[in-house]
Formats: sequence, C-alpha cells, structure tokens
Amino acid sequence: MEERYDSWPVKAYTYSMIIWGLASLLYGVVISLQMVYPGLNFGEYFSYGRMRPIHTNGGAFGFGLSGIFALSYYMVPRLAKAPLFLPQLAKINFWLYNLTIAAAVITLHLGFNTTKEYAELEWPIDILVVLFWVFFAVNMLGTIFMKTVDKMYVSLWYVIATILGVAVLYIFNNLAVPASLFKSYSLYAGVNDANVQWWYGHNAVAFVFTTPILAIFFYFFPKVTNLPLYSHRLSIVAFWSLVFMYLWTGAHHLIWTPVPDWLQTVAIAFSLMLIAPSWGSVINGYMTMGNNWEQMKTNYLAKFFILGITFYGLQTLQGPSQAIRSISSLIHYTDWVPGHVHMGTMGWFAMTIMASFYYVIPKIYKTDLYSIKLANTHFWLVFTGQIIYSISMWIAGIMQGAMWKATNPDGSLKYTFQDSITASYVYWDIRAIGGVIFLAGAIIFAYNIFKTIQKGSNASSTPSLKTEGAV
Amino acid sequence: MSDQNVNVLERKPVILIIVTLLVILIGSVVTALLPFFMEGMEVKISTVRPYTALELEGRDIYMREGCNNCHTQTVRPLRDEVLRYGEFSKSGEFAYDHPFLWGSKRTGPDLARIGGKYPDSWHVQHMIDPRSIVKESNMPAYAFMATTPLDPSTIQSKMGALRTVGVPYTDEDISAAPGLLTGKTEMDAMVAYLQVLGTMINKAAVETVVDSALVVPDSTTVADSLNSISVSGVK
Repeated sequence: MEERYDSWPVKAYTYSMIIWGLASLLYGVVISLQMVYPGLNFGEYFSYGRMRPIHTNGGAFGFGLSGIFALSYYMVPRLAKAPLFLPQLAKINFWLYNLTIAAAVITLHLGFNTTKEYAELEWPIDILVVLFWVFFAVNMLGTIFMKTVDKMYVSLWYVIATILGVAVLYIFNNLAVPASLFKSYSLYAGVNDANVQWWYGHNAVAFVFTTPILAIFFYFFPKVTNLPLYSHRLSIVAFWSLVFMYLWTGAHHLIWTPVPDWLQTVAIAFSLMLIAPSWGSVINGYMTMGNNWEQMKTNYLAKFFILGITFYGLQTLQGPSQAIRSISSLIHYTDWVPGHVHMGTMGWFAMTIMASFYYVIPKIYKTDLYSIKLANTHFWLVFTGQIIYSISMWIAGIMQGAMWKATNPDGSLKYTFQDSITASYVYWDIRAIGGVIFLAGAIIFAYNIFKTIQKGSNASSTPSLKTEGAV
Repeated sequence: MSDQNVNVLERKPVILIIVTLLVILIGSVVTALLPFFMEGMEVKISTVRPYTALELEGRDIYMREGCNNCHTQTVRPLRDEVLRYGEFSKSGEFAYDHPFLWGSKRTGPDLARIGGKYPDSWHVQHMIDPRSIVKESNMPAYAFMATTPLDPSTIQSKMGALRTVGVPYTDEDISAAPGLLTGKTEMDAMVAYLQVLGTMINKAAVETVVDSALVVPDSTTVADSLNSISVSGVK
C-alpha cells in the first residue's frame, strides 16, 4: 500500500525545510542582536534593513513552504487514494523552488527589494515563484482529480484553498513595471498600493500560515492520536467562513492611516467575526481529544499538536483585538506586533509542521523515531523560547506605545523617541535569548530527523523485505 | 446549505475549486479592487509633485537599504503623533509613491514629516555615524553612501517606468535627469529625499490645523475629516 506513493518529494523537501528553517532562525537571532548592538551591522550587505526581509521570507517561504510542500506531497495522494499525478514535475518543482529561494536570499543581500512586506522579491524572482507555484498546483490538483475515494476530506479543501488563495494574492500584489532586470515600480500608488499590499500581507497569513497548517493539523492530529476527528461538519462550516472572511480584513493593518474609514471599519468588523471560524477549528481539535487527555502525558506528538492549536486559538483572539481602533492606537508600530506574529509562527506554524515530520519521517523511512526524549527536549525548548520571545515583546510594545503617548501636565510630550528605544534594549536582549533557545530546539529537531533518516536508510540497505501497513 | 449541495462540493473537485475561488474573490473585489474606482481614496493635492531625479534616487536607496523596516511614513491623526511629528498624513500626499513606504514598525521615528526639520549637514553626519548625534541610537551607519557616486545611466529607464504607471514626468524631465545626477553621491540623493518628505502640502493650512485643531484642510478624505476630531483632543 505504502509503495504506491512516491516519497521522493517528501524526503527532498525535508532537507530544504531544515536548511532554510535553520538559516531563517539564525538570521532572526542575528537581526535581534543588531537591534541592540548596531556594531553587528557588518557593511551594507549585512545590515538590518537587508537581513530582516531574509528572515521573514526565509521563515515563511523557505521553512514554511518546504514543510507545506513536503507534507502536501505526503497527504494529498493518500487522501485522494491516487498516485502522485506527475512525479517528474515534482522534481522540477523542488529544484526550481530551491533555486528561487536561494536567489531570493542573494538578491535581498544585494539590496534588490521592492519593500512590500513578505513580497520583497524583485520581478524576475516573482516569475519564478509563480512558476513553481503553478507546478505545485498542477501536481496537487491533478492528483485530486484522479481520486479514487468518494468524498474529499477537509484537508484537501484547505490545500485547494491554499493553492488558489496564494495564486490570486501573490500575482495581484506584485504587479509592477520593470525599469531594469532588478528594479521595478509597483503598478499602484500610495493609498491604493498600501491597501493592496495589506490585502496581500494579511492573507499571506491566511493562506500560508493558516489554511495549509489547518490541512496538516486535520490530517496528522487524528493520525498521531489515533482518534477520529470530532466533527467533519464543523470543519466544513469553519472552512467556508474562514475562506470567506479573511479577504476582508487587510486594512486592519492600516488603522489610523489615510485609508478611508469605511475600509478600516469593514476590516475591523471582519477581523472580529474571524474569531468564530478560527475557534471552530480550535474546538474541533480539543473535542477530538474527548476523554483521551492523558495522551498529553503519554504521547509526545499529542502535546505538540494541542499546544499548536492552542497557540492558534490565542493568536486568533489577540489578532482581532489588535484590529480595534483604540488598541491599535496603542500597540501598532510597536514591538507588540512581532510578539503577536511570533506566537503564530513559532507556536502554531512551526510546532505543527515539525510535529508532522516526527510522524512522517519514521513512516517513509520505515523505522522508529531516533529519540522521543530529544523530541521532548525540542518541545520544551521551542515552547520556552517562544514564550520568552512573545511576552518580552508584549511588555516592550505596551511600554513603547505608552511612552509615545505620555504627556506632561502642560500637554507637552513626556519622552523623546530615543527614550523609548533606550528603555527597550533590555527587552530586546531578553527576546534574543528567547530566539537562541528556540534555535537550539530547532537544531535538536534537525538532529533527531537526520538520525532517524540515517537509521531508516541503514535498515533498508540490508536486504530485508519490509512491508508497511496502510496509512 | 442542504446536504445534497455539500455532497456535490465534497465529491467534485472542479466545483469545489470554482466555488472556493469565487468566495475568495468576493472580499478581494470589494476591499482591494473597488477602491481603485472610488473618489476619496486618493484626494488630489495641487502642491504635490513627482520626485525630482535626485529625490527619486534617494527614495530608491531608501528602498534598497530597507529603511522601511524601522521607519514608518504616516503620521496618525492622534494627539501625541501630531505633537511629535507634525500634521497627520493625507491620502493625496502619496499620489506618486510607487510603492507606498508607510512601513509597519517604528524601531526609529516616523519620517513622514522629516523634511526641513534638520539641516542637510545634520542628516549627513547622522547617516555617517548615527551615534555621534543620538548617543544611544541603534541605527546602522551608512557612511558608504557619502563616498558612493550615483550611477546616472539608470535614471531614465526608471523615470520611464514610473511614467508608465502614471507619474507625469515630461520628456524634458527625463532627458535632463542624468545631468542632474552627475557628480552627486548616494548621500546627496538620500538627503534630498529626506528633506522633501512631508513638505509638499500647503504649509499654511498645516499650521492652521495644528493650531486650531478644528479646521479641515482642503485636502481631505472622509477618513481625514473624521480623524481630525481626534486631533482636537479626544485621544
């Protein structure tokens, strides 16, 4: 049964996920230190302004997409009960994708930067992105079209939404007129450009950090716990409302800017409504545990997934609250926002992806995980690192917002801007420590995965005929 | 939705793809596409002009160095912001900004009204060695800009591309551009850009608003007129 599924893409993307993942975390640690120690900006090619986009793009599109690709290539054929549509295209997809990410790293160091957040890559690289995305779409949708099962499980729905959403968003936000090979100007100007960018920016959160991860969660969580999903119907209702509402919320990044009030208000309203579908998924996860919460002690993977969906739940309560005008006026532009983002990326996104690999790698290499003890160490390190990161940034953010607003009895401003920076240094130091702890956890994860691959490869090189049960 | 409809979506991938795409497009069309055709999205301000060749070079350097990662360019209509930075930002001020550079994080102060606030020499010294002016600043040093000459050979294609997206550069503007850059450094361009930021609106109108905090200037959007209420002290 297992043999009919092509495991090459899963194996290949595992390597690129680990390489880009560790690289983006390392960049994150470096830029967090640059914020405190400006002497660490080594010349123009390694200055903060050029390296921060490499951290964000590397995390979302290097680590994240590699993980999403690997796990999609694993679960889509299994859910469709059909072989991968075009295995050769999957190989081209892999190499083109990695070439693109490498080109992104190099060009961002060189300063080819459109400045549109999470869309900083210049137009030739954008074209490569669109190409590999089309290859991925063809393979996934082709496989789904050949399905031999009657009904499509909700994970396939989320994969489809991911493919469509990213395509629409990426293309329309990146439309630009080239001035040269590595310089272009956005087709849109000013307020409209800002509005399109944050329609894209917030929905990159939806279709890279949410829908594919929900696909992964709904597939692997029942697998690792050996429990059926609590409610298929709830997952479908949550799917439609999530996919409908997310697209309306972009302007909550533009509260108090010259973007018209009605756009801001619509975005705020839809942001608040998004709590419902988000928590639909959270509740579905919790209820799936049913009377089996003892797995939190006995099953290390249940722990990863439950903490992951919990951080998703917290993230989707905090996000809408930040959209509200009064709260936005305090925390927007402060370090609160990176604190918020990293709860989603380090807590929900990375934890769910990594946990799925602990399940997948032993399966495809037909062995057991090298060390559950190390996986537990990994869990506690990334958990601690993320908590330190987020809490230090929430405190720093509220402090910065309050200092910017503070006035003397005569109505004059109480603090200079530099006062708020000087007061932030200690929190940025603490944040960097959180980042280092998280990185240490990720290194242990990588080591554990490599050791498992080694173990599996050694075992299979001996001429024993192993058979794998149906997945 | 009846169970039968759900079954069709669950069984037929083509139908699921079409319906999902439509659902994604509804919010996208209303919030991202329709505003292009709405008045008030970007109210014209007669004094706002395209960037000169030198300012444009400075803006491109600002983008290349990713200054937008730490500096915003939009003053919110909140009391403390107007006190700290100056008049809150107007939609029409960004008419020629391809792309917008509002940013999302203030690790350094907002720069929407930095133009004219300090002399050129302040900016030069600050870019070369930020800590010689602001002792505890964490800004990277950009000393190399002072010694890097501009490359006048690319400016015409850049202005041409901007003209394609709607910036009204004339043929004369474009043919004169390389000459304006000859002998200039990246620092000259950077300072020229910083010094023009936020200065293209009517100064008198701005001062009136800051003083009385009630008058709505000629360049308003719906948002601006509502926002000016908070300038008067609600926030």
